[in-house]
Amino acid sequence: MVDFSLWDILRNLLLAARWTVALSLTAFVGGGLVGLALLIVRIAGVKGARQGVALYVQLFQGTPLLMQLFLAYFGLALLGADVPAWVAAALALTLYTSAYLTEIWRGCVEAIPRGQWEASSSLALALGEQLRHVILPQALRLAVPPTVGFAVQVVKGTALASVIGFIELTKAGTMITNATFRPFTVYACVAMMYFALCFPLSAWSRSLERSLRRVR
Amino acid sequence: MVQLDFGAVLAEWPMLLRGVAMTSALTAVSATLGLALGVGGAWARSAGPAWLKAVVGLYVELIRNTPFIVQLFFVFFGLPGLGVKLTPELASTIAMVVNLGAYATEIVRAGVEATPRGQVEAAQSLALTPTQVFLRVVLPPSLRRVWPAITSQIIIVMLGSAVCGQIATQELSYAANVIQSRNFRAFEACIVAAGLYLLLAVALRHVLNRLGPRLLFGGR
Repeated sequence: MVDFSLWDILRNLLLAARWTVALSLTAFVGGGLVGLALLIVRIAGVKGARQGVALYVQLFQGTPLLMQLFLAYFGLALLGADVPAWVAAALALTLYTSAYLTEIWRGCVEAIPRGQWEASSSLALALGEQLRHVILPQALRLAVPPTVGFAVQVVKGTALASVIGFIELTKAGTMITNATFRPFTVYACVAMMYFALCFPLSAWSRSLERSLRRVR
Repeated sequence: MVQLDFGAVLAEWPMLLRGVAMTSALTAVSATLGLALGVGGAWARSAGPAWLKAVVGLYVELIRNTPFIVQLFFVFFGLPGLGVKLTPELASTIAMVVNLGAYATEIVRAGVEATPRGQVEAAQSLALTPTQVFLRVVLPPSLRRVWPAITSQIIIVMLGSAVCGQIATQELSYAANVIQSRNFRAFEACIVAAGLYLLLAVALRHVLNRLGPRLLFGGR
């Protein structure tokens, strides 16, 4: 019988927390890219894009993330791709993140006064130039606080990847509990580690928001 | 070619229906109690004594910065270590109430802080007690202001309750799990369950949009 000291528990959880961070970063970067692509398709006024993206957002915001993970996991298997759990988790979390981010960013772009669009198009800027030189720099300032705030949701969302068998912080907590029979201590430690990851992001988002309000 | 067979899943409709009923019940109970907790928390943070403000602040930050599934596991697996034994349903309800309570505290507090000072002063000049001022003057318009945010948060909690199946609460996602273990139609079972969650979310938004004004702040 191997004895686990508190340090053993913490050490193993810390090792697993690396995967939580890696999965969060993957989902956030991937989701950001897909979300940006969706945003541009929507702004560019491609036919049917507005309704299509709205439906996409509604689907991801109206169903549980857990179901999305299961669908990615079983769906990929059904297509004949024998993928490890982390690929399915990364795919589901990327799509989930993209739906939320594209919706957040749309709000930021719509907050830019119409006059800015009209003025820049009267200067004969093409859509790409309008976005790059006029709209996005202004929208970006508005977008940073809620985007950082959403990063907290992504980190917390990765905890669900434990359910499809990806060994990150929560799954490691379950496994260590099964070995030590000390669920109270282990889950308290797991919660503290998520807190250590998320709280700085929340605090940063709040201070960004405050400074934005001061400028205006 | 992938063959989908939804018939095998839909044939188990009584189980799906029971799952929907359990998810709805969990949501109804935790929305009611969670909102009450949120109102209490908002009162404490805006008008309570300093130590209570600190305690509520800590509670809000702890809950908002940890995943729901960890909170649920802590309640269900961790608390029995302290001698508190809970059924899965009770553990799920507690975790959902505590979770919603933290978010609702922040949301309601934002509404309370937006109350014009004159309203409070006018109520005080009518010799209302502090409790009366909060419950009758400050709270109803505050809830009206933040009701859309409350609605969204309740829907998020309802969707989050899918995790409760992991501790064998027999709600919708648990039903989907049982069905796929019977007929191996995992993908179809998840599609059907996700569709039902979507319907529940849309229905819940409609219900809350109508119910809030009627019950809580006396609108028509």
